[in-house]
Amino acid sequence: MTDNRGAAPPAIELIGVDKSFGPVHANKNVNLRVERGVIHGIVGENGAGKSTLMSILYGFYEADAGEIRVNGEVVRIRSSREAISHGIGMVHQHFMLVPPLSVLENVMLGAEGGPLLARGAAAVRARLAHLAKEYALEVDPDAIVGDLSVGLQQRVEILKALVRGAEILVLDEPTAVLTPSEADQLFEMLRVLKSQNKTIVFITHKLREIMSLTDRVSVMRRGEMVGTFETAATSPPELADAMVGRKVILKIDKGPAHPGAVVLEARALSVQDDRGVTRLSDVSFTLRAGEILGIAGVAGNGQSELLEALSGIRPLSAGEIWLNGAVLPAWAREPKAMRRHGVGHVPEDRHRVGLIMPFEACESGMLGFHDEKVYGAGVLFDRAAIVADEAAKMEAYDIRPRAPLLRTANFSGGNQQKIVLAREIERNPAVILVGQPTRGVDIGAIEFIHKRIVAMRDAGKAVLLVSVELDEIFALADRIVVLCGGRVTGERRPEETNARDLGLLMAGVAERAA
Amino acid sequence: MEIFDSLVVIFASAIRLGVPLILACIAGLWSERSGVVDIGLEGKMLTGAFAAAVVATFTGSAWAGLLAGVTASVAVSLIHGYASIDQRANQIVSGTAINMVADGMTALIGNAIWSQGGRTPQLPDSALFQPISLPFEAALAPVPILGPIYSHLISHHDLITYFAFAIAPLTYWALYSTRFGLRLRAVGENPAAVDTAGLSVRGLRYGAVMICGVLVGLSGVYLSLAQAAYFQPHMSAGKGFIALAALVFAKWRPWPALATCLLFGFLDALSIRMQGAVIPGLGEVPVQAIQALPYVMTVVLLAGFIGKAIPPKASGVPYVKER
Amino acid sequence: MSAPHKPLPGWADVALIPLINVAAAFIISGLVVLAIGENPIEAVKLLVGGALGNLEGIGFTLYYATSFIFTGLAVALCFHAGLFNIGVDGQAYIAGLGAALVGLYLPLPGYSQAIVAILAAALFGAAFAAIPGYLQAKRDSHIVITTIMFNYIASALMGYLLVNVLRRPRQMNPETQTFPHGGTIPQLHELLKPFGVEWPVTPLNLSFFLSLIAAFVVWLLIWRTRLGYEIRAVGVNPTAAVYGGVSPARITIVSTLLSGALAGGLAVNVILGEEHRLVLEFTAGFGFVGIAVALMGRAHPVGIVLAAILFGVLYQGGAELAFDKPKISRDMIVVIQGLVVLFAGALEHMFRRPVAALLARRVSQPPI
Repeated sequence: MTDNRGAAPPAIELIGVDKSFGPVHANKNVNLRVERGVIHGIVGENGAGKSTLMSILYGFYEADAGEIRVNGEVVRIRSSREAISHGIGMVHQHFMLVPPLSVLENVMLGAEGGPLLARGAAAVRARLAHLAKEYALEVDPDAIVGDLSVGLQQRVEILKALVRGAEILVLDEPTAVLTPSEADQLFEMLRVLKSQNKTIVFITHKLREIMSLTDRVSVMRRGEMVGTFETAATSPPELADAMVGRKVILKIDKGPAHPGAVVLEARALSVQDDRGVTRLSDVSFTLRAGEILGIAGVAGNGQSELLEALSGIRPLSAGEIWLNGAVLPAWAREPKAMRRHGVGHVPEDRHRVGLIMPFEACESGMLGFHDEKVYGAGVLFDRAAIVADEAAKMEAYDIRPRAPLLRTANFSGGNQQKIVLAREIERNPAVILVGQPTRGVDIGAIEFIHKRIVAMRDAGKAVLLVSVELDEIFALADRIVVLCGGRVTGERRPEETNARDLGLLMAGVAERAA
Repeated sequence: MEIFDSLVVIFASAIRLGVPLILACIAGLWSERSGVVDIGLEGKMLTGAFAAAVVATFTGSAWAGLLAGVTASVAVSLIHGYASIDQRANQIVSGTAINMVADGMTALIGNAIWSQGGRTPQLPDSALFQPISLPFEAALAPVPILGPIYSHLISHHDLITYFAFAIAPLTYWALYSTRFGLRLRAVGENPAAVDTAGLSVRGLRYGAVMICGVLVGLSGVYLSLAQAAYFQPHMSAGKGFIALAALVFAKWRPWPALATCLLFGFLDALSIRMQGAVIPGLGEVPVQAIQALPYVMTVVLLAGFIGKAIPPKASGVPYVKER
Repeated sequence: MSAPHKPLPGWADVALIPLINVAAAFIISGLVVLAIGENPIEAVKLLVGGALGNLEGIGFTLYYATSFIFTGLAVALCFHAGLFNIGVDGQAYIAGLGAALVGLYLPLPGYSQAIVAILAAALFGAAFAAIPGYLQAKRDSHIVITTIMFNYIASALMGYLLVNVLRRPRQMNPETQTFPHGGTIPQLHELLKPFGVEWPVTPLNLSFFLSLIAAFVVWLLIWRTRLGYEIRAVGVNPTAAVYGGVSPARITIVSTLLSGALAGGLAVNVILGEEHRLVLEFTAGFGFVGIAVALMGRAHPVGIVLAAILFGVLYQGGAELAFDKPKISRDMIVVIQGLVVLFAGALEHMFRRPVAALLARRVSQPPI
């Protein structure tokens, strides 16, 4: 599959790289060979281990085992400084820029060329002018970085690496924050760099980008390197297959759905994140009683914002939410009111959002419902009722240990998730929003949680399931909507589709379904 | 002419009262621009003043006193640095602790040594930083307007005062024209950027904290060896907090810091001058209103009613390395 | 919080580490005493004897403790909401104004005047605290800086009022007239007299019981009410709180209001319980002692009461000690207080790693 271009050693060679974070095995015996002067894509689903691998290469983490060779030489990279000295430059997904400083100052940082800035500044300025000419990387050196567009900020990141003499440029999901035209400009830039014999490692989960930009592509899946392909000799379906893999789809006893009336309807929702970037645009769908609607997509494509909008945490910038045939006014779109309207929400991130870790389990078990009368009719809480309520839920959901007074943090991931699930399901909501219900949860708990979700459906509830695990979507959903880049890229019935088809929709390859 | 003379007197007094503010404020600027919030300026000022007075008393040397004051202040700064940088402590709690310990310890030791309620003995002139006369002071003195201005406002200050006035431009230069300054500004805004550039966040912050210690120590030295000729418990009297207010008011920038400190010094001088003074038609001037003005101004600024004071983004946030 | 600390067994977390931290503060204090040429053990004996050796000492100790319970609770309440209120001193000072205005200008029958004065103190303290709270919640002004500024603003305001407006006629001292008897809180020795109990004349007054009630109410509030639940939720995890339908801005304002009201307890104890008139700088920095008390008491009312009594012992015993050993002036207490804040607050995790290592070794090598 590979041809050794002459005798030149590869720019980068990783041999048997292994890295664990506690119980999470992020990189398993990874081998990778990146030839000089090519654009080498690394593709994989979220959590496949791409970013960890690159962080090891850039000295952010040290591998537990394995070897790194740069230009054929074995090196140890223990810090960013060492990575830089080996000619490795990195463009992080979250820019490592200092917004109030100028472009020139950002580029100089760490490469000032002497204790006084003046001389180094002149040199860097000249170098920037040169790079601008050579690679068409124009940017005003005196502009304040915080005032620049995201695309230009990324350009500054690339310039930072080049000024430091990077021969190997690693870009981590560089298009995630770019508009399509900015992405095109980036690709143009990278092609020019390649023509100057720079080596580029391009991390993404978007197959379209891989196909249009790279010479070679390596696929990662669940911490493992699955294979390396010549881009010209492969196809999106083949890559999608390798990315998604043939996972064992958990079999759930699930009869056919009997969808009833439309309960929840999203009409042309648009949502912005805290920085004012549009994360969800023009998303519409309906959700019926007695069905599970799966929202598939690679993480970070608007699913979180969708859940936040539907549960009232995040305001809409446009669109309407209809509940039981009536549009919700703005004042009713906040968490407390949504709960009162019978919309339950199992958030994606139980650690940060769904539970309060230092609280007792019974306290976490009433979050959002704590002003209900059952927990005390007067001013004071009825502690006995609170504890009894949680004890009952623990029994019903087999939460272990059965200790309502134990701190939430002391439960395992699966049991923490059950605390959330019990809280939200036991209210008997008409609609339940479920985000990543089995993330970080052990097998036994997964089965239990899946059964509960199906039981909700069978009881006539409308279930919206957001999951980045395709097999989970397949196992549970009666209908699947795919999100990519904050837009709906397609809707499918599980029996009419397969992982490859969905993978393409998730990667934004297919055109928007009619 | 009488108004002119009293103005010169007030301005001269404003300079004397402004000097410790300038030094402490710029000290805080260094620390906070690097991301370490410092509400312990007051305590360090006191520590510096005390150590300087003690050593000057025993050695009779102002310079030995200065060295001691600065060293003691730096030592306290390092405690704050250790808590803030290595222990990732709550920097407000650490600063509060330093203020308390310094306040108690200086008075305690001073009292233990001299049994004068914590006051150190009066220092001889030789152990003090004396006003120095610039050339032509005598020659210019008789010249109207210019003479008093020259001899009271420009000439006839001690070395620390001249240094204090030099420190603002020096800091400006260091922040914007040197490598260290660039890195420092960066680390207070986005330490991750500094880290990925292969630089030590910890080293930079310790450096800044030590510079802070030197400068605020010097402000203490000024209190005991220039403004007064002894140490007295609690003699910093909230100046560290006014300096903090000035730092906020100046939005963490050196030149505005200098201007703000002089303004606050002027207000202080004015309130002393106005004690019991009666303005026709208005009655007695409430000096407390003038005294409270720096604080009120700072709050109004912080509330965003006039402009907006945005602190360095990473200030007060311990740096935890994550991908 | 986010610092990667090895988990410790619960008992070590709740008891051992705080004890080690406080012990470190006291050991260093002992070394300071040694350094100034006195015997620390003797000093402790004198101190404890002065504070607890007789009824008079105990009376003064509990009088001080009353102030510290209130200010400790005020600081702790904000801690629970994730806020650092350094302005308790200023809030208490302004609360004193509220109490005094009632005492001076609102003649009411019997002790109802005192009750109204207490409410006024709480109200004034709350209102003064609410401004920084509001600015934090709505204008994003850092509450630490604003409360520091407000301490000085309070000081200037009260100075002006006492010197120019409220001062007793034909009197140089900046203090008001004495309140009528009904506008004061009875002291213990007066109360016990009718029962034939001879309690020495000390400033200990009914505020002490009020402070214990306040501690109990704060405990109820924090751990047994919806508001307390929401305060803790916002303090620990604002994101989850928002998910749970709680508004952090509202909680910030409410917490500072309550904190300011508790700060008013200091004024109640000193102004209504002891001075019976408004005097300059009566807070004497006790608002800052509240920081040490809250940190040492781990923001729990029981811990706060205990810590406050300890600081009461230090303040009363320290005064006696300074009398016997002039070298150990009362400033020693401020040093101890600062060291407690340093070790129990700023460096609270310093001993965690070594203790964890020590405990781990013990677990891995069980005694044979």
